[in-house]
Formats: sequence, C-alpha cells, structure tokens
Amino acid sequence: MIERTPVLNFVTHAVLLVGLAIAFVPMWLVFVAATLSLQEINTPPISLLPGSHLWENLAEAWARADLGVKLTNSLIMSVAVAAGKIALASITAFALVFFRFPGRMAAFWLIFITLMLPLEVRIVPTYAVAANVFSPYQTILDVTGFSWLWQQLTGTELALEWNLLNSYTGLILPLVATATGTFLYRQFFLTVPEELMEAAKMDGAGPLRFFREILMPLSITNMAALFTIMFIYAWNQYLWPLLITTDRTHRGTAVMALRQLIPMSGDSTGGGVPDWNVAMAGCLIVVAPALLVVALMQRFFVRGLIASDK
Amino acid sequence: MADIDIRSVRKAYGKNQVVHGVDLSIRSGEFVVILGPSGCGKSTLLRMIAGLEAITEGEIAIAGDVVNAMEPRERGCAMVFQNYALYPHMTVADNIGYGLKVAGLSKPERRARVETVAKSLGLSDYLDRKPGQLSGGQRQRVAMGRAMIREPKVFLFDEPLSNLDAKLRVQMRIEIRKLHNRLGTTSVFVTHDQVEAMTLADRVVVMNGGHIEQVGTPEEIYRNPASRFVAGFIGSPPMNLFEGRVTGPGEVEAQGIVLSVPHAGLARGQAVTVGIRPEEVLLGAAGSNTASIDVDFREELGSVRLLHGQVAGADFVIQVPATTAGPKVGHFSFEVPARAVHLFDAETGMRIDPVAGGIRAAA
Repeated sequence: MIERTPVLNFVTHAVLLVGLAIAFVPMWLVFVAATLSLQEINTPPISLLPGSHLWENLAEAWARADLGVKLTNSLIMSVAVAAGKIALASITAFALVFFRFPGRMAAFWLIFITLMLPLEVRIVPTYAVAANVFSPYQTILDVTGFSWLWQQLTGTELALEWNLLNSYTGLILPLVATATGTFLYRQFFLTVPEELMEAAKMDGAGPLRFFREILMPLSITNMAALFTIMFIYAWNQYLWPLLITTDRTHRGTAVMALRQLIPMSGDSTGGGVPDWNVAMAGCLIVVAPALLVVALMQRFFVRGLIASDK
Repeated sequence: MADIDIRSVRKAYGKNQVVHGVDLSIRSGEFVVILGPSGCGKSTLLRMIAGLEAITEGEIAIAGDVVNAMEPRERGCAMVFQNYALYPHMTVADNIGYGLKVAGLSKPERRARVETVAKSLGLSDYLDRKPGQLSGGQRQRVAMGRAMIREPKVFLFDEPLSNLDAKLRVQMRIEIRKLHNRLGTTSVFVTHDQVEAMTLADRVVVMNGGHIEQVGTPEEIYRNPASRFVAGFIGSPPMNLFEGRVTGPGEVEAQGIVLSVPHAGLARGQAVTVGIRPEEVLLGAAGSNTASIDVDFREELGSVRLLHGQVAGADFVIQVPATTAGPKVGHFSFEVPARAVHLFDAETGMRIDPVAGGIRAAA
C-alpha cells in the first residue's frame, strides 16, 4: 500500500525517530560513560557529552579483563558455531527435502521439537553429557547388564569416558546442535524447483555433487543470514561458557570477562572502586565485533531472510 | 542413435494407476511425438524413459539394453524441460558444459565443445551471461545446448515450447526439426499441442487416460483416426461428431439426416458415432447426402471462415474458404461426400473402416 500524504509521512517518521532514540540512547550513554574519568562519572548528573578519557579507559579495560585472550576465544567459538551450524543445517535440510526415506517425517518432527528446548532448559543434562559424552551409552550398557558381562569375561571394568569440559569442542558442540538453521534451509530448499534436481540427474550429477555445486552456491544469501544470526547468538552466550569453562584465564569468553569489570564491593578486581567508565569501555570493545558482523552481513542478511534471488 | 522398446509398461502411484500397459517401439533416428490432453500419462511415460520415475511394471529398453534399473546418467538420454531448468548461478557456458564437467572432461576440451554447440545454436555471444539475463527463446536454446553437448543416444523433450510466446514457438519448432534432420538422434517429444505434434513428428502417439489410442504418421492420424477420441482430439476445429444408427446397407441416420456411406458389413440397428470434418463439407452443393444448417455465427480466420450453427438441433461447424461469398448468418444447405463420413462403434469408440482391407492403424 502506498500513501502519499504529508501528515502521514510526518507521523511515520516521528515513529521511526522515537524507535531509533529508544535503541540508540543507551548505546550513546555507554559510549559517553566510557569516555569519562573516574571523578566525572561519579559526579551527578551524568554528562551527556563525551569526555576525553576514552583511550585510557579502553586500555585499562583491555588489560584488566585480559580481553586479548577472551576476544580470541569468543571469536573462535562464534565462528565455529556459525560455520558448524551452516554445515549441519544445510545437510540435514537437504536430507529432509530431497530424499524419501522411511521415518522422514519422524526425523523432521524430532528436529522440530528441539526448537522448544533451548540450551537453558536442558542445561543440566547437557552439562552431564559434556562432562562425559559416553555417559548415556554407559548407562545403557550398565542397565542391560552388558558391563557386568564384560567385567566377568575380561576382568576389566567397562568405563567409557570422553570429557568435553574446559575445551573449545565443549564450548561449541552443544550450541551447534539446534534446529533453527535447519528450518531456514528447509524453507529455501522447498523453493528450489524440482526440475533443477532432475536436470542435474540427467547431467549425471550425484546427490552430493548436486548439493555442493548447485544448492550451495544458490543458498549463499541464506548462509550469510544464518551466519549472522548464529554468530551473534554464540557471541552473546553467557551461561553455557560460564558452566563449561573451569580454566577461565585461558578458556573464558569476552562476555564472561565483562563480569570481571563490573565494580562490586569486596570484588577481588574492582576492589569496591565504582569505575563504571572502565566497565563501559569494556562493553564497547566486546560489542564491537558483533556490530561489525551485522554491518558487513546486513545486505545479504535481509535478502536471505525475505526471498531467494531467482 | 538408438531404438527404444517399451513393453507393457505400467505406472502406478500407490493404487492410482496412471499408465496402463503401454507398448511402443521407436525406431532409431525417428522423431516421435507423444500427444494427449493433460493427465493422460504422456509426461510420466517420458520420465520413465529418462529414469526420473520408477517403472512399476514392464520393461523399457534403449538400444537393446533394458534400462529399468539404470540411473538416468547411464541411460544415454538427454532431456529438455518445460521450464528449461537452467542452473541460475552458472553462466551459459557452464550450464551447457556441466554434463561434461561431471563426466570429468578437462577444461579446454569442455570449452571447445561448448563453443561448437553454442555456435550451432547462435549462442556464441551469450556464453558469459547468466540465464536470468536471457530471453525465453535464448534460455530454450541453452537448454537444448545442454542436451546436445553430451551427444546422447536419445533426446527427450517435455513440452519444451509451452513457455514461449506464439511466434517464438513456431520458430523454435522449426529449429528443433532442423536440428533433428541434422543430427538424426532418436527423439521423443511430449506435447498437448496438436500443431506441434503434426509438424514435428515422423510418427505421432496419441495417448488418453494412460492408454495409447493410436500410433501413426501425422497424415494417418488425421485421415483415419482409430477411435472417436482421436477423431475429436485431432483437427482444428474438431470433427463434428453425432450419435447415429445404421438404417440399412451402406446407410446411416444421425440427427434426422440420412447419409449413404461406403462402409460394408454394417448391421442394421447398430449404434454408431458419425464423424464429419468441418473442412470436408461442401457448402451449397445439392447431390445426395444433403442437409441444412442454421448458421448463427461466422468466425473469420483470414485464410478460411468457420460457420457455427445447428443441424437439426446439434452444434455443427463448417469450414469454407474465405473467398466464399454469401451472407454472414442464415440457412444454408450443404453436402457431405460419402467418403468424408467417419464411423465409430458407439460402444467401444473404435473406428469402423469404410471397406474391407482399408487402412487401420494399430491401436
């Protein structure tokens, strides 16, 4: 619907500007706070114009929270989650859309159901599995009496163990194994005309070749959209990294590190000094990579979510 | 080049059978058009030859080898799809050469063959474009090039011209036939357009409801339709068909008109369907076999005129040359030459031949 009336134009712009202000003002306050000195930030009322201490605050935050290591960890985790997600989502959606096999609908619904179980809901069992990936199998073997039989026969105890705690694998895998991307890809694959697959068949291409050389290049915008979503999702994770990393100096993520910058009385690092300027400077650093990814991917992102370009 | 043998082929989706036992032999180098209304199973039959549909029952052999269990790529067929099915992200050159790439040919070799094919189709200037930048006719040519480059044993066309506008369709039709004359590859072409079928085919296969109604040259199909269905389907405007009855030796009656016919051995009282082609009626003549028509509408087609009206209450169409003088509407008498009357058994719909030993095409 296209309306051209000056009043309506004014109102719609006003609504947009209010929305922009709601989104932007907190970010502006973070930025301003990050530029003030300790004295300035603790003198009410808070200034709305930036001060001159941005670089020293950034340096202080960087050093205190050890952000070099933490940002690297976050980056490794987020890129791996996003890439793993794309790989898993595209290949599962490929199987669901292009193959007819028994249990296809059952598989589809099982994947669908996992959408209703975000990581936070299943965090205890997920932690148990991460502590020993083989524990469900061990339980099955114990319950069926196979472990007992093994012990009787060989004289050794059957104990399977694969610990993911405190590792990149442990940080990444549980975040990869979710259903969101599968649905995005499924929707895209459903729009691909069947003749394209048949033409590829006539040209002699097998299923994986069709997947690699035709479906993947066609789904680049989807990939960009999914990458952006999953990168931000992984970057913002707080609870899971907090649980799985015990060696926080080497395996901690940037978002976890922010916690160390928040001044609290009796805190080992803050020592009760209300240096919110440093905390805000840390926020600026941590949010920057996420903003950068969105800014770079934005063009693809929108295209990938609204339409396939054909 | 290869011949294709289709033996008692059936196709069913669950309990729903769509192709009921088709037998057909296609000679090497022949251009066969499968013609029929939508839903008659013609595309399914073509897709079974291609290997895109499983064969429920029966056998298909290409060049003597039964291909039932073979993958499409092993059958040596190339197919042109209705909506072209070009790979949208590849250039024209890559689209045409994709089959060769899959087959593992080297890049220079591929390039050389793509260029040869592109040249023969007039696509040399478009090799670096994407399909989205091409017109419908050019896309159609790319789809043909993709089929040609593999030098297949058999070409399969699945209504390849129906997405083109009328003018381009005529032009591509001629190009396809010329291409066949040059390459001589066995071709199977599926369409619902009888003009395409008549102009392209060495032999036409008319299908209806999953059965083959008639196989024959375009002329045979037009002159001696093997069944009531073929009679009504082939020809534009379609044949006038009436229910009638045999009233005596060589005499039938339909809509109150008594017609003498050259058919022998008719049983008195036998129910028949009488067919008369609109273009075989002689207007104004007054011999035997005359009747009259109330024309209420005249259709001008340029070279010919169609007179729409009623003969004793039943719709009837007569085609006359555009030079025929006379008023637009009114009452006209006409003559039906005895040899122009087609008779079909009213029960089975099968053709009754005029004289013993007359041409009767295989059903």
